[in-house]
Amino acid sequence: MKEISELNLPADLFYSDDHEWVQRTGETIKIGISDYAQDQMGDIVFVEMPDIGDTFKKGDEFGTLESVKAVSEVFIPLSGEVVTVNAALEDAPELVNEEPYASWIIEIRPTVESEYDELLSRDDYLKLLQG
Amino acid sequence: MRYLPHTKEEIEEMLAVTGHGQLKELFAHIPENCRCQGEIDIPGPLSEWDLTDHFQSLAANNLASSARAVLLGAGSYSHHIPEIVRNLMSRSEFLTAYTPYQPEMAQGTLQGIFEYQTLTTRLLGMEVANGSMYDGASALAEALLMALRIARKKHTVAISSAIHPHYRKVVYTYLQAASFKIVELPVGRDGRTDCSGLQNIDDLAAVALQSPNFFGVIEDLETAALKIHAADALFITCFSEPFAYGLLRSPGASGADIVCGEGQSFGMSQSFGGPGLGMFACRKKYQRNLPGRVVGETVDLEGKRGYVLTLATREQHIRREKATSNICSNQGICALTAAAYMASLGSTGLRRVAKLNYDKAAYFKNGLIQTGAKLLFSGQTFNEFVLRFADDFKPARKRLLAKGIVAGIELSDFYKEYEGAYLFCVTETVSRTILDEVIEELRS
Amino acid sequence: MTHGPGISGLILEEPLLWEKGKKGRSAFSMPDQDVPEATVGIDENLLGDGPDFPDLSEVDVVRHYTRLSQWNFGIDSGMYPLGSCTMKYNPKINEKIAAIPGIVTSHPLLADELSQGALQIMFELQTFLARLTGMDAVSLQPAAGAQGEMAGMLIFAAWFRKKSEKRSKILIPDTAHGTNPASAALCGFKPVQLKSGADGILDAKTVTELMDDETVGIMLTNPNTLGLFEESIREITAIVHEKGGLVYGDGANMNAVMGMVDFKRCGIDIMHLNLHKTFSTPHGGGGPGAGPICVVDELKDFLPVPRVAKAGNTYHLEYDCPDSIGRLHTFFGNFGVLVKAYSYILSMGAKNLKKASQLAVLNANYVRESLRDVLYLAYDKPCMHECVFSDKMQQEHGISTLDMAKRLIDHGYHPPTIYFPLVVPGAIMIEPTETENKDDLDQFIDVFKDVAREASEDGERLRQAPTRTKLRRLDETQAARKPCLTG
Repeated sequence: MKEISELNLPADLFYSDDHEWVQRTGETIKIGISDYAQDQMGDIVFVEMPDIGDTFKKGDEFGTLESVKAVSEVFIPLSGEVVTVNAALEDAPELVNEEPYASWIIEIRPTVESEYDELLSRDDYLKLLQG
Repeated sequence: MRYLPHTKEEIEEMLAVTGHGQLKELFAHIPENCRCQGEIDIPGPLSEWDLTDHFQSLAANNLASSARAVLLGAGSYSHHIPEIVRNLMSRSEFLTAYTPYQPEMAQGTLQGIFEYQTLTTRLLGMEVANGSMYDGASALAEALLMALRIARKKHTVAISSAIHPHYRKVVYTYLQAASFKIVELPVGRDGRTDCSGLQNIDDLAAVALQSPNFFGVIEDLETAALKIHAADALFITCFSEPFAYGLLRSPGASGADIVCGEGQSFGMSQSFGGPGLGMFACRKKYQRNLPGRVVGETVDLEGKRGYVLTLATREQHIRREKATSNICSNQGICALTAAAYMASLGSTGLRRVAKLNYDKAAYFKNGLIQTGAKLLFSGQTFNEFVLRFADDFKPARKRLLAKGIVAGIELSDFYKEYEGAYLFCVTETVSRTILDEVIEELRS
Repeated sequence: MTHGPGISGLILEEPLLWEKGKKGRSAFSMPDQDVPEATVGIDENLLGDGPDFPDLSEVDVVRHYTRLSQWNFGIDSGMYPLGSCTMKYNPKINEKIAAIPGIVTSHPLLADELSQGALQIMFELQTFLARLTGMDAVSLQPAAGAQGEMAGMLIFAAWFRKKSEKRSKILIPDTAHGTNPASAALCGFKPVQLKSGADGILDAKTVTELMDDETVGIMLTNPNTLGLFEESIREITAIVHEKGGLVYGDGANMNAVMGMVDFKRCGIDIMHLNLHKTFSTPHGGGGPGAGPICVVDELKDFLPVPRVAKAGNTYHLEYDCPDSIGRLHTFFGNFGVLVKAYSYILSMGAKNLKKASQLAVLNANYVRESLRDVLYLAYDKPCMHECVFSDKMQQEHGISTLDMAKRLIDHGYHPPTIYFPLVVPGAIMIEPTETENKDDLDQFIDVFKDVAREASEDGERLRQAPTRTKLRRLDETQAARKPCLTG
């Protein structure tokens, strides 16, 4: 597994305590898992995604990532409605390992604007990882 | 005792290593108030010969020891089992192995189950199958639970009342704890399930039919599929007699989404109802919702083809309380037996034996009808059918039993409304002589 | 270097069934067509062409399965110390007995008076299992341990429903089998994990803290999955009963305590047994098994139907049990498995069953003492029928439990259970069972010592293992990413 210094943590993204990353593009937000999270999981073999139109409250489980012998839930860092899921991951879940920041899992339209301010910056997230 | 290999000296040597004086000291930490009081009252030990005598005398108290023919199926069928199937499946490398957790030393079991899954999908016209469930009944219950998982937000299932009554009971047991609703669909005069009321059932996740059903009647699965899918529900079909698919259109080709049933007919003895084999197959898009063990193909370090247990993340040891089922085994040797049986038959053999079942059942049915019996249902049948007799059938049935022939079973044991009707089964194992004898008995 | 029995042998290739055969071959002795061929009176739209199965000759089928069997390892091949699975010898005589024609051809739906032999076997087995556990009533219907657990959880639910109490949580220790939470969840209960103490067993205080009137009770395994007896079991069950709860005991590890522990005295209300573990019936590469449940008197009305009972000198099936949780199996459970277990019990008698447990515990403690210098012992206290080590001492050389397990294969041993229980990281759980003799144990111990030593001297050899098998390590990631479940 990677040392913390080896992790790729882009500065233009926001992060959550549960190791998701968040990228804002206009009115919608893309959500994926961080380099740290994919590294901890090992070879990801399946990504279970919600249906388009599903709505979640901040902290809800919105899907799961599976490795050969483990399942990890992914939690939504912001309340919202799912507008797209990344269909490419259905056939190529390994993309989450290979390019964690290109491989967003869902795109949502956030419903509680203020939650955006509660996310972690790169530096705050790094601090969290360093414990 | 020959299963306990320790000599007295060895026990002493081993106790010296563990630091105990006597065997009972190994249990010293078990509190006194948890212990057995006195010796357990169990007979034995019996020698191999006494044991065999004991069981021979028990067996003599079963009709099976003296019966000439049992013209009864209802979920448990008498078919010929080739000697090679018995013989190969008693090989201890298969029989005394555990679940194949270490694939490098279990390729026999794993390839065998992979072949079983494949032949099962070909038989049922489906895309994927699991490594098997306990029996037909629990397979149906698990299929309904699977459909409820796929449908996510719906809580109601409909099951045909022509499904084996015991399967339905098991479904109630499995679904009772959660707040799922079960609706039973009525049967028409043709003995087929009446699907006309589906549109009136709210919140419907799945509909289950059995074909041939408990009355032996072949359901029109294709038409049912249209109605069920129109109601936005998943279509589950089940079966108790897989031989039927040697002749009939497969459930997959008829539009089913999940197919399950009992595989006992494929090489397992009736053995008072168990062990049997819960066969289970579905469309590929639902494969990650499958319950139970699944074997998949992969390669080893050197690129050679091999097999492993896969999709384990669905299962209880990883997903714990969120698993797709609590099952943590399959019917291993029974699945392998069914595969060896299907392989022994081949396409040609399966069709021939299925046709022979049909021919013999048709011969018997027509013979009985000529004595004045009437079909209870107008629907077409495979190797089971229901008849009602002009006179009381009981005395004739009793006379036949005295001659070692079990002539059907009373349908009112399962359906009170069908008083006086009897369910019969004829397979390839019953000779024409027996069938003629029964027909003759009724004529007189 | 010590050698186990494993050396390289001649391994024959064998393709998949459908990669061989020719249309028109047959391995089935075709019965006579002694009735006229009927024209099929079935509507065209219901008929099919039949499946695409390969047509094979008898010799094709025989060679196929013989070769497949040679790639497998069973108890008859060698030592199979798979913890929690009780891989003891499966006596041959039991197979012969279960195949006696009057037993094996019995139809399950004949009238009771025509099935007296079968019913007697079931009734007596129920009686023996009740006496062995100390419990009052038994149902043989569950087809496996997991179905037994489910039956037990359904009884929990039925009990509280009858008392009109709404309870939703259940306590499950971290040393429980993985099936336990899944079985409880299937019946609508929310599992609450109990942490075992520093000594590997449950502290009664932990139970006191969590047991409340919203909790149906506790589901525990005794001896637990660390191979340790829950010494506070009486206190724990008293606490649960005090709060109106029930106690479920997973009896998977019964092989440690036959004739020694009375589960009813321990305060257990429901327990299941695994006949394919303790009572020697073969595992069949995954099944069939049997998981009878045993209950105390107060719960016997909830057992699955039908129940087997005796009146005078005859046996019958009882269906009229209004409180019953219902039916779990198409017929009466895995009867063929029950016959073998009943035969085993009679072969052994009470005295030898008790002796079997004593020797199973002796073997485990012997292995534990003999390997403790080379493998890290997770809990340093006497064990029951299995002992749990870990790879802690090998980790510094970059060698894991998996590597050692795979290396054992090259030596001709089935590896122990690995990475379970979860409370011990890198767990190596060894259950030798009573049917292994001292010579074979000594050889296994010597081999394992060498493997542990190789970890520091020749790690690569372990990481590459096994090399003597038909196939090397298999790619499980590919299998799960791109599932190929049929050919």
